[in-house]
This record gives sequence, structure tokens and C-alpha cells, in this order.
Amino acid sequence: MDVALKILVVEPDATRAQDIIDALKDGGWGNVFIVSDISALAPKLTEIDPDIVLIDLAHPDRDTLEHIGHVSHAQSRPVAMFVDRSDAELTQAAIMAGLSAYVVDGLQKNRIKPVLETAIARFKMVERMRHELDAAKQALTDRKTIDRAKGLLMNARGINEEDAYSLLRKTAMDQGRKVIDVAQALVTAADLLG
Amino acid sequence: MTEQQVKCGFLPLIDAAPLIIARELLFAQDEGIDLQLIKQPSWSALRDLLALGQIDAAHMLSPMPIAMTLGQSGMPTNVDALMVLSVNGTVVGVSQTLARDMEKTGWDSDFASPAAAATALFASGHKTIRIGIPFPFSMHRMLLEHWLSAHPSFHSKRVEIITVPPPRMAQAVADGTLDMFCVGEPWGTAAVQQGVAELILPGSSIWQFAPEKVLGATRDWIEEHPETCAGLMRAIYRATEWLDQPRNKPLAVEILARSQHIDLPHEAIDPAIFGQIVPRKGAKPVTPPGFLFFNNNAGNFPWRSQAAWISERIATWCGLDPEDASRRGKASFRSDLYRANLSSLGIDMPGASAKVEGALRNPTAVASTKGHLILGPDAFFDGAIFDFDAQD
Repeated sequence: MDVALKILVVEPDATRAQDIIDALKDGGWGNVFIVSDISALAPKLTEIDPDIVLIDLAHPDRDTLEHIGHVSHAQSRPVAMFVDRSDAELTQAAIMAGLSAYVVDGLQKNRIKPVLETAIARFKMVERMRHELDAAKQALTDRKTIDRAKGLLMNARGINEEDAYSLLRKTAMDQGRKVIDVAQALVTAADLLG
Repeated sequence: MTEQQVKCGFLPLIDAAPLIIARELLFAQDEGIDLQLIKQPSWSALRDLLALGQIDAAHMLSPMPIAMTLGQSGMPTNVDALMVLSVNGTVVGVSQTLARDMEKTGWDSDFASPAAAATALFASGHKTIRIGIPFPFSMHRMLLEHWLSAHPSFHSKRVEIITVPPPRMAQAVADGTLDMFCVGEPWGTAAVQQGVAELILPGSSIWQFAPEKVLGATRDWIEEHPETCAGLMRAIYRATEWLDQPRNKPLAVEILARSQHIDLPHEAIDPAIFGQIVPRKGAKPVTPPGFLFFNNNAGNFPWRSQAAWISERIATWCGLDPEDASRRGKASFRSDLYRANLSSLGIDMPGASAKVEGALRNPTAVASTKGHLILGPDAFFDGAIFDFDAQD
């Protein structure tokens, strides 16, 4: 594997950073550095002189990194990897995974590609886990709201749980809304009415 | 009629107002457009999504479409500026330390005099002045360079220009990373409110008519969606016209503050919309002429000469052939589409598509499609004049 290749990962989240480093190390790239604090980016770039810089596409400090790429007096300036349209598929995959990469001008493509593929795969996995966690949290909150709405209906109308849920579902269908939206409206109204 | 969806990227700044108003006041819907506003964390991210076709149009710094077209920012992509979204609106601020050192030279800020401010700046004893801007290809950088390089004491080693995301500008001044900045609102006001900086100039004191943000789209998208593109331009034109009516300003602040799109409180939006800037904490607000506007004096017209001015600067920075850069840059400011797509609104248009930049010290009537139209003022603080046609 390509141990000579120096890779710098810009990532403030320590767990996520470690995850990416591990993935790259498993892939055989041992020369991986991390910078979490953007104010340290310029000196780090000079000190490490990386061949590739990996950064979250949505990272607000990308503009700072771009500028360093433009004005850097260092011999090796990092330029956006997306300047090359020749590998549109890889570029698109990186974008979808939320990854942006800056590579030193002139670095051979066959040395970049495997690094990116590894990083893309890891970015995707981290992203999916985050989504799943968010979805699980949302589902839990929704269930609590629906339970409260059912309780309100059971009390107000003297019906059982099953009928309360049927009523919620029917109302939602009639109004073309989601059950959770109807439940939320009911809970809000009940709170307002005290 | 089925609504045509348009995904438009933007950054949460006050000058994204034309897009937000076009959506919230249904100017877009009137044109059969479902305008989806997609917030972006950085100019780089917005640029990449536009180049890759993930968004259809975007709120962009005026030099960005040209920098992209010239292959100097991200993937080389033909991106056009369909119209100017806002004129002026930036501020220059300095740290408290630098302000005190400038005062020791006998300078007293009137928030209007670039030449005097530059003299005080270079005499302040600060060897290298570190200046924050939001993006390498920005009007902010062009204004700073025009202003400072005109001074006899200027030397490239006296200033260091650094990109800092606007929301972090105040913090960067507070922790000593920056001595100075040029930024769009609300971030100048935010730095004053936090007590870390003083504003010394509005951008409009350097150039009275600087195209700040433009509506950008790829040439491919424009060619594939001529009707939608025209409708989008009309909707945004009407939003800018609405925004510049003095009686609408209180409502504009209200709508922008309530909107989920920029997520800023009233007090952050108010100064820029009303053009009343508080340069120092506790000071009285000042009203610089033409601080920020969206439509007045043919403000939306994408002048080929503005494009030439921007292209010239990019060519110098990037070592490009100036003639080629100017030709391609001018072609990306679509005064042709502006005329074609907005004529149905019955608005007055300038007779020419290029002007002598910097020639108008005062508002001046010029020949237009309907007779006379008031243009300018568009003077530079140092009287510089750029006549690009004369160079051709």
C-alpha cells in the first residue's frame, strides 16, 4: 500500500476522526494526520505538507481551506479534487457521501482513487449511523405523542385504546394528514386549553 | 398549472433577502415556480452543488460565476450571472486595539473617508495587518485591494488576507487571529454588538455601486429551462423592487426575522435593511448613502463592464490572459437575458449594456429604452475610472 502518501483529515468530532483514521490505516495508509481546530490549519498544512486533505463537504471552514490553496506560497498547494471532470462517477459518489477532498496539483490519479473510495465508504457508514440514530429518536418521540393523544381521546370520549387509535387514523386519512400530525395538534390544543 | 420546482442555494446573509421575499410573498408562485431555498454552510459547498447540478440556481458572490467559468474555483463550469441581487452592503471593521493605534496618529473615524483611514492604518505601527474576508473570490477582497493598494504606503507585505467564515469573524478578531475584516451584514454589526470591533467604513465608500451578490445558474440549466429561468428572474426582480420601497422595510425585517431561512433576530437584520449602521458600541447610528440596495438605479442590471472589472482582477490574481478572461467574463454577465426576460414587466432598461465604471459622481440621467433612466452614483473613492470599451 501507499505509505508515502500523506493524508490530512480535517474533522472536529474526535470519534468520527478516529473512525476515518482507522479505516485509512486498515487500508494500508499509515501516514494519516488529523486537525480538529481550524485556526491550526494553516501551520499544519505547512508542517505536514499533505498530498491529500479530506474534509466534510458541509464543513464551514472549507472556504478557509480553499483560500489557503489559492494563496499558499508552499510548493505544494492543495487544490479542490473536483477540478477534474474526468472521473465524474467518483466525484458524484464523494458529494453524495458528503466528502470533499483537496489534492496536491499533479498527484497521480491512481494514488488518489483508492484513498477516496475508502474514505467515501467510511463517510457513508458514519452518515447512515447518524441517520438511523436520528430516526430512532424521532420514532420514540412520535410514539410518546401518539400515546398521549390516545389517552386524551380515551378520557374525553370514554373509548378504549384501540378505538382511540382508529379515530386518530381515520381523522388523519380524512384530512390527508399523518397520524403523528393529528396527534400533535390534539396534544397542543389540549395543552393550550389546560 | 403545475408548479415548476427550482432549487436555489443560498447563504444565510441579509442580502439573500430577494430570494426569501420572492418565496414568502409568492412572487415566485405567481410565475408558477415552487422556489425551494437550500441553505449552504459555505460558498465552496454551494459552488460544488451548482456545478454538479444538485441545485438549479444560487445566491452567489458576484465574482464567483466568472471564477468558475474561468476554471479558477472548483470544477470548471460555465456559470452565468442572470441578474445582480444586491448592490453594496459590506462593512470594514478593525479590532479595538487597531482602532486605538489608528487614533494615535490623529485619525478620527467619520465612517466615510477611505483615504484617511488607509493613512491611519499604515501609520498605526502594525507591521502586517491581517484582514478577514468571506471567500477568496469575493467583492470584499476586490474592494479591499482597490482601497489599500491605492495608498502610497501600501506594500503587499503590509497586509495578509485570510478567509474566515462570516459567523466567526467577530471571534477571530476577539482571539487576535484578525486585526481587521470586510464582511457583509449582519456580521459587522454582530462584531460591534459583541464589543470586539469598530466599523471604520462601509464598502460603498470605496465604490459607490459595487455588485455584491448575483443570481447564478449554469449555462446548461439556463439553456434547458428558458421559461423557468425567465419566470425566476421576473419573480426575483419583483421581490427586489418590493424590498427597496421605504414603506415595505418594517415588514421586510419582520418577514426575514420570522423566516426559517436566515434564522437571525430583528436587531441583526434591522441595520442593513434600513441602512442605519452603528459603527461603535453605544454610538449613534449613521446612514451612509446607498449602504445596501436591491433594485434602485438599475441595480439588478448585470453590466458587462462590471464583469470586465471583476475579470481583470481575477486574471491578475490567477495569472490568466487578461483579454481572454475579460471576454469570457463579460459573456457570463447576461445583460442579453436580462433584457429578453424582464421586458414583459414593462420596466425601463439602460440603453447600453456597458458603462464607464466609476464615471458617475452623482445620480445621472442616461438614455434608456423608455427615455431616461437614473443611474449611479458609481464613483470610486480615489476617482479611478474604468473604460473597458476604450481598451478594446
